[in-house]
Amino acid sequence: MKTFSIGGIHPAENKLSAHQTIQVASLPKQAIVMLGQSLGAPSTPIVAKGDKVKVGTLLATPTGFVSANVHSPVSGTVAKIDNVVDASGYKKAAIFIDVEGDEWEESIDRSSDLVKEITLSKEEILARVKDCGIVGLGGATFPSHIKLAPPPGSKAEVLIINAVECEPYLTSDHQLMLEKGEQILVGVSILMKAIDVNRAVIGIENNKPDAIKHMQKLATEYSGIEICPLKVQYPQGGEKQLIDATIGRQVPSGALPIAVGAVVQNVGTAYAIYEAVQKNKPLFERIITVTGKSVARPSNFLARIGTPFSELIAQAGGLPEDTGKIIGGGPMMGKALVSIDVPMTKGSSGLLIMPTLESQRAKMNNCIRCAKCVSACPMGLEPFLLSKLAGNAIWDSAEKNHIMDCIECGSCSYTCPSGRPLLDYIRLGKGKVGGIIRARNAK
Amino acid sequence: MNLFVSASPHVHSGDSVEKNMYGVLIALVPAFIASLYFFGWGALIVTLTSVAACVLCEAAIQKFLLKTKVQVCDGSAILTGVLLAFNLPSNLPIWIVIVGAIVAIGVGKMSFGGLGNNVFNPALVGRVFLLISFPVQMTTWPRPMGFSGSYLDAETGATALSLMKEGGASNIPETMDLIFGQMGGSLGEVSALALLLGFAFLLWRKIITWHIPVAIFATVAIFSGILYAVDPTAYMSPVQHLFTGGLMLGAIFMATDYVTSPMSKCGMIIYGIGIGILTIVIRCFGAYPEGVSFAILIMNAVTPLINTYVKPKLFGEVKK
Repeated sequence: MKTFSIGGIHPAENKLSAHQTIQVASLPKQAIVMLGQSLGAPSTPIVAKGDKVKVGTLLATPTGFVSANVHSPVSGTVAKIDNVVDASGYKKAAIFIDVEGDEWEESIDRSSDLVKEITLSKEEILARVKDCGIVGLGGATFPSHIKLAPPPGSKAEVLIINAVECEPYLTSDHQLMLEKGEQILVGVSILMKAIDVNRAVIGIENNKPDAIKHMQKLATEYSGIEICPLKVQYPQGGEKQLIDATIGRQVPSGALPIAVGAVVQNVGTAYAIYEAVQKNKPLFERIITVTGKSVARPSNFLARIGTPFSELIAQAGGLPEDTGKIIGGGPMMGKALVSIDVPMTKGSSGLLIMPTLESQRAKMNNCIRCAKCVSACPMGLEPFLLSKLAGNAIWDSAEKNHIMDCIECGSCSYTCPSGRPLLDYIRLGKGKVGGIIRARNAK
Repeated sequence: MNLFVSASPHVHSGDSVEKNMYGVLIALVPAFIASLYFFGWGALIVTLTSVAACVLCEAAIQKFLLKTKVQVCDGSAILTGVLLAFNLPSNLPIWIVIVGAIVAIGVGKMSFGGLGNNVFNPALVGRVFLLISFPVQMTTWPRPMGFSGSYLDAETGATALSLMKEGGASNIPETMDLIFGQMGGSLGEVSALALLLGFAFLLWRKIITWHIPVAIFATVAIFSGILYAVDPTAYMSPVQHLFTGGLMLGAIFMATDYVTSPMSKCGMIIYGIGIGILTIVIRCFGAYPEGVSFAILIMNAVTPLINTYVKPKLFGEVKK
């Protein structure tokens, strides 16, 4: 069975919410729509206090090149535009909308009919993806219309769909494939048309045998789409790791996937693109896993962007008493939240509630130079060395030892028998070295 | 409500220094049982003395000299004690064992800053110190007689390697005796079979990787094979080289010491090849009959250099 070639770990999978049917989460009383929902600059609001909006109404437009449209996830009245604490713990601007009813823009096709025929041209598809504010739903939230328009001089050869869901606990992509397999394949076909390739590979880890079987069966009716079962290994969902695992090509250090002819999209993004292109539906809701060992009903919800996490937790059976930590995303790369009132954004793939006992880090000991971090690093780096260099502020050596290649997957910290916070130091180093490189290039 | 907030990752493998150290100790159990079978009371007394001396020495240094928290429970001092004992003859007087333990822990480990900072394998520092300081006691090998033999005035004999040094390859024990350990030698090194069992356990528990031991075995086999092919009367066969002396113990348990071995897989193989070559050079052309300890210590010194120049293969690295 295929997997990526360097390093990797296999944390306990804990897919507690697997096979839970997607439930439609109830509407929030007030939706809090963050202006910065994608990588790049926060969007610029085009509504003001008191404006009436419908579900799907454009709220904010891109600021600069890397930025995306934001649409209203609810119908009602704009209450205010104010700062609110987001998943990163910082106060950021958001549009607050008081919910009244559930009235959708007429342009959105709300029927559940499967639309297979792709009538839009390549350019129209890209324009629609941009209009509908589609961003990468795997977590990185990179605006999709930019990713689908490769830089001049480069040509995509193969589309790779990330359906590995290598983060422990998360099951939203798995359930989406089981319930919306056809739509995903149409979405993949749309993506293939958009980037002008005739081959697509959907990578699925073999801890989801039912999804592999289901998608394989459906894919026989679509030309050029193949399903690639992969051995369970973290971080297989990393873009470079997935390309290596599925088509055996390694993206060089510092280069983009297009350098080896690949474009990678998340399976959830493919579904969102299906809805945008075939149903004219902007991205204002998504599937999110709400889970945890003490959670009464680990669930997969279809929830509106802007829903406060506290309301989703309530629908999963309430906040457990032994809650110690709440993580937006999965346990390996997710962010620990400072409050349960943080609102859901386009990038929210999961909400993980950890019991107090598992919330604290182990005591840190001396590095015993066991080299387990070196074996685990999927980028072929030396985490023990990079963390030491960053800790001692030796930036030039950190750069020479490829600190900027780190994808922050956390495999090193996960593995370390001495409980050393390797990734913390490496992140610090990446920030510093990145700044030094930018300053040098600016000269 | 109060929530813990920390940077990712939020889960940990549960691996710990203790698990690794005690894992190695478990892997040493078969060799310890073999040493009791062959050397009886002597093996027991020397091992217990060495472990107790190492643990007490480390605790005393942490408490009175460094004035830090006493952390002997991590198992590393116990491991050093066991490995030191395994490299000593089973009739070594207790006071010499204690001197070796103090040198191993005090000089070999704590003077560098404790676990993780030492350049040389502490047990080997202790052993080589004793070998140079007490050459007679350190090369008087009791015959393997089990619990029927006595501790201090044991009947002694030569090791396979010293026989070979003196009189060529003719009077070496039978191969089967070499594998099971029916021969003279340091108390933990004699039974290759027991040590290989430990090796299998270490690999299974993923405590070590195969690279260092296999590189040493392969190098020793190839190098000694060439010498044997040139002159079978003057040199031992590769099988005899592999199963005599401290080679198994050294390759599996001493050379693989985390702290003093290289970090990258390629570096580990270079390090293993270096140990293999040095071992055979010392055994065949040096003054000492056995060279594993020296070979490992010399390669320990080379480890920082290997770490600087031999890097793991970078993802997406273009082959030149």
